[in-house]
Amino acid sequence: MTVKIDLKRCNGCKNLDAPRCEKLCPGDLMTLNPETGKAYIRSEADCWDCMVCVKACPMLAIETKLPYTLAYFGASLKPKTGKDKITWTLKNSDGTVETFEIETRF
Amino acid sequence: MKKIDADILIIGGGTAGCLAAVEAKEKNPDLKVVILEKGHIDRSGCLAAGMNAINAYINPGETAESFVKYVRNDARGLIREDLVRSMGQELNSVVKRVEDWGLPILKDTEGNYQARGRWNIKINGESLKPILADAARKAGAEIYNRVAVTNLLTQDGRVTGAVGFGLRDGEFYAVSAKATIVATGGASGIYKPNNDGSAHHKIWYSPFNTGAGYAMGIRAGAEMTSFEMRFVALRTKDAIAPTGTLALGFGAKQVNALGEEFMVEKYADVGGNGAPTCYRTYGPTLENKEGRGPCYMDTTHLTSDDSYNLKKSYLNMYPHIVLYWAGNGKDPSVEPVEIAGTEPYITGGHCQAGYWITEDRGTTLPGLYAAGDVAGGAPYKFVSGCWAEGVIAARAAVEYVMTGSNPDVSDAVLAAEEKRVRAPQQRWDESGDGVSPREMEEKLQSVMDEYAGGIKTFYEISEARLKIAGKEIEKLKGQTQFLIARDLHELNLAHEVIDRIDVAHVLIKHLLHRQETRWPGFTTNQDFPERDDEEWLKFINTRLNPETGDVEIVERAYSQVVS
Ligand SMILES: Cc1cc2nc3c(=O)[nH]c(=O)nc-3n(C[C@H](O)[C@H](O)[C@H](O)COP(=O)(O)OP(=O)(O)OC[C@H]3O[C@@H](n4cnc5c(N)ncnc54)[C@H](O)[C@@H]3O)c2cc1C
Ligand code: SF4
Ligand code: SF4
Repeated sequence: MTVKIDLKRCNGCKNLDAPRCEKLCPGDLMTLNPETGKAYIRSEADCWDCMVCVKACPMLAIETKLPYTLAYFGASLKPKTGKDKITWTLKNSDGTVETFEIETRF
Repeated sequence: MKKIDADILIIGGGTAGCLAAVEAKEKNPDLKVVILEKGHIDRSGCLAAGMNAINAYINPGETAESFVKYVRNDARGLIREDLVRSMGQELNSVVKRVEDWGLPILKDTEGNYQARGRWNIKINGESLKPILADAARKAGAEIYNRVAVTNLLTQDGRVTGAVGFGLRDGEFYAVSAKATIVATGGASGIYKPNNDGSAHHKIWYSPFNTGAGYAMGIRAGAEMTSFEMRFVALRTKDAIAPTGTLALGFGAKQVNALGEEFMVEKYADVGGNGAPTCYRTYGPTLENKEGRGPCYMDTTHLTSDDSYNLKKSYLNMYPHIVLYWAGNGKDPSVEPVEIAGTEPYITGGHCQAGYWITEDRGTTLPGLYAAGDVAGGAPYKFVSGCWAEGVIAARAAVEYVMTGSNPDVSDAVLAAEEKRVRAPQQRWDESGDGVSPREMEEKLQSVMDEYAGGIKTFYEISEARLKIAGKEIEKLKGQTQFLIARDLHELNLAHEVIDRIDVAHVLIKHLLHRQETRWPGFTTNQDFPERDDEEWLKFINTRLNPETGDVEIVERAYSQVVS
């Protein structure tokens, strides 16, 4: 399973102490390409789909993609992380959209 | 080389490790408490994605003793009752503590926690791990992120700290400690997983908890217990998401392809839908084997509102199942959710594989304490039980520190360990030829799957097969010298597979020794298919004899504490 990185959006977290995805991935999978200064995943197959990097990316540049063997094309799940809540937008493959707003800490 | 002196060293800043750090600093703020964490403490270990329930809680009307009775039955009569009771006594206070740090726990209209089944409460736990990490930081623990610990340091049988390497800085770390708490979680990746290839890490247990804590204890001669009580989890097929959310949270029952509620019909004598956890895996495994699969959690009674709330609940813990349903056009209120057993995991959290410990969580090695999934004898731990154990271990470690001074660590010992740690990278630099960690991992997994009771054989074992597995694992142990690593990331992968092989080696001894079937579904022994309390209501422990290098079996008595 894996994540896809939108290279147009990724800015390498230039203004932060460390790239968020690289800092937090529990599997040490995300890092920057020294040539482009943009993020890449070292091994797609090693991703756990925990979505930690997806939720942490300040540029909303990362998306979880299930392999085609597990799920058909067309759906998406996008989190937006706030200080004490998270908002998820789920696009079903039939085009319908559901949103979920959940408190995360108080 | 980075040398650090600590009063208390905590290996693994996960669920148990964070609580241990806070408790130690609260008990004695003057102590230097150091955490070495392989990932980043904000999002490491089992809690990376979050949680939606606390699965061990003493709800109103229950007691630590009724908890012990329940867990004993769930584990088919064999648990360390002293450990489960002492954990039970701490559960509610640790939960309150974490709530006070900011964890949202769902409440009913009267302000009581919302129960989800007998021992569970509902939470919005997406940020549980950062909440714990903040608490450890605030308490004043010194945290080193991205340091993979590779071995314990010992002196005359006493544990005097640990060593490891930095995944970012490449430094070799040596921590000398008056007391050490190991909290590295359990082990996944020993067996071939449900999905392979591009989805080989689509597993339930954290693929980054690789049994390091077990392996370093084994190598240091600590006594380990109950590896043969493997955990085979009942999960949703493909996405491998927990089914407790469906069963306890949303009242779904297991059915086979014929629509039969087989747990009720065939397992009434052991509790039907409420049968011990191992039976809830055994039931559908047998249905599949005998041609009545696939099996499902029947969710078709749900309304579309329920379905929305179900998704919401998973988003707190296992978000991609929601994406999986969306991609496949599946709606749980319309069609039932297919289920599958996972590959066997080794864990002292759901089951009881791990360090043999005293009630204060001291291991058989003086100076070393164990807490959480790495600690043995006390199943049904879950997040809150791991917190409880972290707290209990920290209290004992704080006491122990008073008696000791910081041991000197010999440079020769450190140099030898650094050489062992860096060997795969050196091999790559010098010859460029050898075995990649992934290749070795796949070999290990296929041997274990086929010959040591993996998915392929419906979790069934036999002596003839296990002996083959034993031989192959010996060969693999001999092959670890050929591992190659091109960078620090791969060096970590190399040590992960070395650790898994050491765990598998001990596991096979345990599986061979228990000549009965105590936990059908987790491990079904084809040579001895019945449970045999007369002979086997006892613990099987192992210990590496440092002189001979052999793994020796030690049997330990079961003792009933709660009547
Ligand atoms: C997907 C999933 C969902 C779950 N859902 C629930 C739930 O809803 N409710 C519930 O009560 N329980 C749940 N559990 C169970 C519970 O999360 C675990 O039992 C518990 O978190 C284990 O705590 P631990 O401290 O032993 O391990 P972890 O929290 O995993 O911590 C182990 C730590 O050690 C670190 N580590 C590992 N190796 C090394 C090394 N060599 N050097 C340094 N550090 C190392 C890891 O990076 C990690 O931070 C779930 C488990 C999983 C996997
Ligand atoms: S967190 Fe996002 S923006 Fe930052 S480096 Fe990673 S992908 Fe790029
Ligand atoms: S989803 Fe999780 S495991 Fe996968 S790259 Fe992102 S942080 Fe790492």
